[in-house]
Amino acid sequence: MSVVIKLENLSKRYRLGSISRSMLYEDMQRFWAKLRKKEDPLAWVGVGPSEQSGETREIWALKDVNLEIRDGEVLGIIGRNGSGKSTLLKILSKITAPTSGRALVKGRVASLLEVGTGFHMELTGRENIYINGMILGMAKDEIDGRFDEIVEFSGVEKFIDTPIKRYSSGMLVRLAFAVAAHLEPEILIVDEVLAVGDSAFQRKCLNRMNTVAREGRTILFVSHQAAAVENICRRGVVLESGQLKFDGTQSEAISYYASTFTQRSGCLRDRADRRGNGDLRVQAIEFRDSQQRVVTTAHAGEDLDIHLYFENATPHLARPSLYVQLHVKSDLDIPIFTQSNIYTGDSFAANLPERGALVCRLRRLPLPSALFRLSYTVASAPTGGVVLDALESAAEMHVEGGDFFGSGLLPPIHQGVALVDGQWRLELDATEPGKSPPTNVLVTS
Amino acid sequence: MSRENTSTEDLSQWTDVLTPDRGWLDFRLGELWVYRHLVMRFFRRDFVASYKQTILGPLWFVIPPILTTLIFTVVFGRIGRISTNGQPDFLFFMLGVTVWNFFATSLNKASLTFSNNSGLFGKVYFPRLVLPLSTILTNLLTFAIQFAVFVFFALIFWWRGGHVEPNWRVVVLPILLVQMAALGLGIGCIVCALTTRFRDFAFMVTFGTQLWMYASCVVYPLSQISKGLRWVFILNPMVPIIEAFRFACLGGGMVEIWHLAISATVTAILLFVGLIMFSRAEKTFMDTI
Repeated sequence: MSVVIKLENLSKRYRLGSISRSMLYEDMQRFWAKLRKKEDPLAWVGVGPSEQSGETREIWALKDVNLEIRDGEVLGIIGRNGSGKSTLLKILSKITAPTSGRALVKGRVASLLEVGTGFHMELTGRENIYINGMILGMAKDEIDGRFDEIVEFSGVEKFIDTPIKRYSSGMLVRLAFAVAAHLEPEILIVDEVLAVGDSAFQRKCLNRMNTVAREGRTILFVSHQAAAVENICRRGVVLESGQLKFDGTQSEAISYYASTFTQRSGCLRDRADRRGNGDLRVQAIEFRDSQQRVVTTAHAGEDLDIHLYFENATPHLARPSLYVQLHVKSDLDIPIFTQSNIYTGDSFAANLPERGALVCRLRRLPLPSALFRLSYTVASAPTGGVVLDALESAAEMHVEGGDFFGSGLLPPIHQGVALVDGQWRLELDATEPGKSPPTNVLVTS
Repeated sequence: MSRENTSTEDLSQWTDVLTPDRGWLDFRLGELWVYRHLVMRFFRRDFVASYKQTILGPLWFVIPPILTTLIFTVVFGRIGRISTNGQPDFLFFMLGVTVWNFFATSLNKASLTFSNNSGLFGKVYFPRLVLPLSTILTNLLTFAIQFAVFVFFALIFWWRGGHVEPNWRVVVLPILLVQMAALGLGIGCIVCALTTRFRDFAFMVTFGTQLWMYASCVVYPLSQISKGLRWVFILNPMVPIIEAFRFACLGGGMVEIWHLAISATVTAILLFVGLIMFSRAEKTFMDTI
């Protein structure tokens, strides 16, 4: 197996901030220096841009990434949002160029960053198949040869000469995916955005990628939901802040990735990644059990109080409404549930004190043993309101054992992230579906 | 592989070598040839889609130039009494407007390449020049239609005894069309590359082409300019082109071979600079736009 993709010290720098008038002047200075073959007068001496004191205007989305990918490998690239994986994809699909280092690619690359790229609503399905296929890098003859196949796959034969603005959204997605699925590049880059849509469509995507993988082509799959690609990928790498932190089998990569979510303490004073206007700030998060004892681990099936201790900078201000939302995600960033006072119909006093706690009680916690991450949003209204404070990954919630079902037994996490209470029984009279049950069953309990 | 032999290693086994910089003169025109069918597809897409769901449909190709010509005829011909070399003023203005429109639209469309297609460019790679080239084809077709209308009016004037004397020099006009397309593309590319950093240029281009029109002998003939100032006008690459069109189609105009030579040289330089700037900007413009 030969190397088909080789990254050598690949780095990408982005400039932050808005474009200012001084940029034109700086650009001209740089250009002038370059013409005279002098050093960049504005380059930082001795320090990296991130160490620069004061205002940091540049960020390294990728820093010295070295990686070799071989023919026929199915590689999962995992990383949090902002870890550099999208940047890597963009460089490989030639959408943007690296700042330094280089990437060597052997064979045709097709990137499915989004299906239906370049679709034009006024044109017919036929015309769009050609445009879309060509944009994705298919030659005209190739599309001619596979046209019938594509149309059949999409299932829109009858409407192929109808402008696609008359298509339903389902037909559009099918048509777009049909084109994408018939690309035959040596290297296929798939972003997780492809994994949206209904489950039938997702299954179709995954099946198709499995087929492609079996045909011995190279696939790069990018995700921050590692579990979604666990079955396809054999090798996994983890990107963190633009650097390649781990390279190994996919399952090793996933456990490494999970371990990177470091323990965060309950105190939030020093967190700089908040959003919101800061009128009200949550300073700490605390978990308490039903006896109001502070706990570090919660138990399935028991009540749990989540205290959001806040400081209110505007105690004189009367707020007609306050909207507090808790988002709970798994350690791999999969949303588990959302709880908010608008769903429960609870409201708070219009004048909040300077300090206090907003408490959410979760009744009979329906979660199996695992680590969950908690984010919150405090806003003046659910939609269109002013965000007062919001923080991602504000706290970690450990759930450890418990007796949810009253039997002392719990399913393990990989069988599902939710516990749903229920009851089982045998019905002797129900011999076939559709028949109404005898009345005596209805009166029990 | 050690870093030392990087300079001597053979890169030919790789399909793509993605590096921060590529050569100044590496326009990847070969790649453009591979994507020629896409140029045609975009051309058809733009043309077919542009007048869907309009009542007048393709008539919109001819209504604006006729209206503009009428306004020019009234304002500059009748009220301003600008000399038109003795040619029917309607035809004089119409030819100028038609030719100028072709150039101005080519320039405008090319300069908007990045901003109009950032959604598409952010998703997938293909040679970015495909888009301005396809819009030039659209403009060529538009020009052909508008020029046919001009010929139609010219025949009417000629039949009624107007001073219309086309001559064999019309055979040069296709070359001039290509030159105008190249000029529009070149300047469009320069503006396009600059707008990735500074949006101001997007505003300047609309206003700028309008001002440029008044400096380009569209509403007056070159012969009306005093001798001492003429050399300034000849440096404007559009002036000899428009005068040449008038000379070939109507039989009156002031153009010399060396005027056209200057114009062609300026065009070649601007196209060259434009392509360099465009190819340097296209690699990273997604980061800033």
